Amino acid sequence: MQAKWLWLNTVMVILLLAAVPGTSRGISVPDTITLDSQSKLYKPFKFDHAKHILLVKECSNCHHHTTGTLDQDPNCVRCHRNSNETQVVSCRGCHQSDPFSAAAIKEKNRKIYHLDKPSLKAAMHRSCIDCHDKMKGPIGCQDCHVYTKEGAAFYNTGEFAPKNKPAKGGHGGH
Amino acid sequence: MKRRDFLKGCLISGAATSLGAPSKSWAVGSFEGYPDAMGVLVDTTRCIGCRSCEAACNKEQKLPEPDVPFDDTSVFEEKRRTTEKAYTVVNRYDAKDSQKPSYRKMQCNHCNEPGCLTSCFVNAYTKTGEGAVIYDAKVCVGCRTCMVACPFNIPAYSYSSAFAPIIKKCIFCYDTRLKFGKPPACVEICPREALTFGLRKDLVKLGHERIRATPDRYFDHIYGEKELGGTSWLYLSKYSPENIGLDETVGNEPIISNVKEFLGMVPMVLTIWPALFSGIHLLATRGKDHDDAHSNDSEQKDGKK
Repeated sequence: MQAKWLWLNTVMVILLLAAVPGTSRGISVPDTITLDSQSKLYKPFKFDHAKHILLVKECSNCHHHTTGTLDQDPNCVRCHRNSNETQVVSCRGCHQSDPFSAAAIKEKNRKIYHLDKPSLKAAMHRSCIDCHDKMKGPIGCQDCHVYTKEGAAFYNTGEFAPKNKPAKGGHGGH
Repeated sequence: MKRRDFLKGCLISGAATSLGAPSKSWAVGSFEGYPDAMGVLVDTTRCIGCRSCEAACNKEQKLPEPDVPFDDTSVFEEKRRTTEKAYTVVNRYDAKDSQKPSYRKMQCNHCNEPGCLTSCFVNAYTKTGEGAVIYDAKVCVGCRTCMVACPFNIPAYSYSSAFAPIIKKCIFCYDTRLKFGKPPACVEICPREALTFGLRKDLVKLGHERIRATPDRYFDHIYGEKELGGTSWLYLSKYSPENIGLDETVGNEPIISNVKEFLGMVPMVLTIWPALFSGIHLLATRGKDHDDAHSNDSEQKDGKK
């Protein structure tokens, strides 16, 4: 009798756990995420995920409907009102890093929904900067991205800044 | 009597040609672009003025070192234009109502029917099937007519070259990227996808879809969809296009429509008129050779007096 109850309890607990979103279970929610997809021009930097969870609280602000909570965008809610948590919640799981390759453009044309899904880079920069702008967070490029040597050369800045300034005294001078 | 009939015939046919030629359908001015032409949708509501596109263009096109670093935002103090050293520039447009300023990247818009191409008498310009307006620098004689013809003031001139100055402008990264189906360098580096690359016909739909989905974000117009017969680069903005320095007075007719009637007459004037008027002159002066010589003589005598 006892053993039978124990078995049933275990099943119940497993079932209940499955119904609770993974985020709430604390499964695979990283505290920091190293962002290094632009490592040619910029040094990788650590995104403090834990701090953002504390500050924002609402997962759907960044993760849309994928974490199982209600999406903030009324346009998305039209389909995703009762969407469950998805297998993939990371940004790069859905947002492509090469949105304009010939194959990607062809693929886009076959879609009915998510037609205008931004690339990985755009998704992050739009989500991050727009929110930082609202919440008075840092919005300068260099606040997150520190140039590599190649990056400084690419932007002709730092040690690669133009030596010969124009005679007219530069821009916005006195 | 016979001669009078001939002259009458000449005059009538001449008048008919001069009137008839321009009214012919020239099949230009109605070209809506190549079906597989690519384009770029510039969503100025997304641009934050980081100038990364300028840096990417500079490196991709192997342009000379800039005057100031590409992360220097003091350049926004003035309105810049494209030069031989910069095929694209970003300008800032302050909003009237204490709203955030707008930024707009400026480069060749790659018209469906380019004014530069129309005006070039050495045929240096080509509108490729991919949508790019490219030019053959070897053919360019540096006359700068295209600079006058361009309604967007895009072609720049290599004034720094003393002996062989030529036109310099954005070519949609045709040689290095577009030809191989890749987006231009500026599009690839844009961090916020303010620049969306795709088939022009798809981008027009996409632009209207963005306006439909978020009407508060946009002014209901895609600049370049119809302007000047359509351009490969299209613009979305929060306020009307004039607020981001786009000329709304250009109209929807391509540049060639303004000149095709005149240009249509040029071959007629150059070929028919000399023959026609020589004929008239010869007929009118036939048999008067002696008189002419005589009067010339008398004139000379008059001169001597």
